[in-house]
Amino acid sequence: METPRYTIRTFSLEIIAILLGLLFLVSFYFVIVNSFKTFADLLTDPTSLPTSLMWDNFVRAWKILKFPTVLTNSLIITVIANLAIAFLSAMAAYRMVRHPNKLNNFLFLIFVAAMVIPFQSIMIPLVRVAKTAGLFDSIFGLVVCYIGFGAPLSIFMFHGFIKSIPMEIEESAVVDGTSTYGTFFRIVLPLLKPIGVTVILLNSLWIWNDFLLPFLILQDPTLKTIPLATNTFFGQYTKQWDLALAALVLGIIPIVIFFLAMQRHIIEGITAGSVKG
Amino acid sequence: MNRRKSADWLEQLVFVGPAFICFALIVIVPFFLGMYYSFTDWNGVSGKVTWSGLANFKQILFNDPDFLKSFWFTVRFSVAAVIISNVLAFTVALILTRPLKLRNTLRTVFFLPNVIGGLLLGFIWQFIFVKGFPAIGQLTNIPFFNLPWLGDEVTAFWGIVIVFAWQTAGYFMVIYIAALMNVPKDIMEAAQLDGAKPWQLLYQIIVPLIMPAVTVCLFLAISNAFKMFDLNLSLTKGGPFKSTESVALNIYTEAFQNNRFGLGTAKAFLFFIVVAVITTIQVRITKSKEVEV
Repeated sequence: METPRYTIRTFSLEIIAILLGLLFLVSFYFVIVNSFKTFADLLTDPTSLPTSLMWDNFVRAWKILKFPTVLTNSLIITVIANLAIAFLSAMAAYRMVRHPNKLNNFLFLIFVAAMVIPFQSIMIPLVRVAKTAGLFDSIFGLVVCYIGFGAPLSIFMFHGFIKSIPMEIEESAVVDGTSTYGTFFRIVLPLLKPIGVTVILLNSLWIWNDFLLPFLILQDPTLKTIPLATNTFFGQYTKQWDLALAALVLGIIPIVIFFLAMQRHIIEGITAGSVKG
Repeated sequence: MNRRKSADWLEQLVFVGPAFICFALIVIVPFFLGMYYSFTDWNGVSGKVTWSGLANFKQILFNDPDFLKSFWFTVRFSVAAVIISNVLAFTVALILTRPLKLRNTLRTVFFLPNVIGGLLLGFIWQFIFVKGFPAIGQLTNIPFFNLPWLGDEVTAFWGIVIVFAWQTAGYFMVIYIAALMNVPKDIMEAAQLDGAKPWQLLYQIIVPLIMPAVTVCLFLAISNAFKMFDLNLSLTKGGPFKSTESVALNIYTEAFQNNRFGLGTAKAFLFFIVVAVITTIQVRITKSKEVEV
């Protein structure tokens, strides 16, 4: 088959796509450019490039946000919740696939059905439950919440993947005298790596950016995550755009770096995650 | 025999137990507790919870113009946001499956807004609407930029729609691109040889073949638009005059600011039913249009 030639038509489509792409990036241009301006410059001319770089905006925003603390909190919560969700979901999905009895089929059905429940429908009693169960205002409690909300989709994705793994590999291990636990940890878990990466990356974007759940569960100001800190910041410094924009730039840098490093896997993950029956 | 049985139960507990316990505690228990609270006058603080029957639901349907207003806003918003974001995503996907030189860079660009959370995006766009647009308007004199963005009901509505489409289109684009690349080349070529025009190719070959992707994208778009909260909070806080208050924000305010948890859970219960019914109908309809090659 011949490779398609680069025609005038393709070229004009390229131009259209580039213009549309620039339109998509204009918002970032505004935020970044103005975060380096003095407040006066920002007000008089928000469209031009900055005449001198005001690093001072970033220094002040860094301090007010307590950026090292909130960044660490966000990192800790995202990493621990991710590991817990992926690990526990993989275990549950494995058992459900390999022992498809009435109980497990029923449990799987409940997990999947619960995906249609919007968070806002359960958030009010959830706060009450979290307080009663001692999960309120603690990172551990928040992680438990993330396991609860993350399990359905993650189990669903692992379930589909494990079904496609041939049983023979595990059977030979069992014949050799390996226990179920040994089989899972030494044979199945390594096989789950591709789908595991997908699950972890999709959950990372969600947990890192999540606002409402930490807002409801965490009260202690030292436990604030990046979205929580940004929200309080905007409450206090509503019209101080020079500071506010520097804070926004600080907030988006970590996740943008993460995305650029992982983008191939993230795109593959979305593609894999959307192809469901 | 008995020992094998108990070992089996232990395995069941070890493998499924932890995930299920968290899930039950965080999703199932609050879900049913919420159903119960929606029939009470609980204020969230006091231990006293009195059964009030259907009083909350009567209050919502007949005595709460703000809730009905926010519901109507959410419906209008969802319709506009779902159509615009999907049309945009599909168009971009069609262009970016052609052999462009900057194809991969452009895919990254369109996806980028998606990795930044709705809350931060809302604040970013607040600045653009309040400061950026007027500045462009002064430079170019294009009336579009001189509108009172976020300042009145109509522009605030479209402002949120624009930001929603800008944020989510990249995600749907990825799904559409994957589907478009799976459309068999020989079918397309056969249709072209038979003299099919481009728009005939689009409506009669491409769209039917990528229907599974349409099902997924519409489902995600509808449920995300209905549940919109972060964007709403950071962009307009529901203003001006509650004209852009989404149902999610209304439920939040009712429970955590007005301290009417009973009423809030009743709203949340109705919200769940509406979202479940609408997404189920949508999936049924689009699934029935899926074809096999």
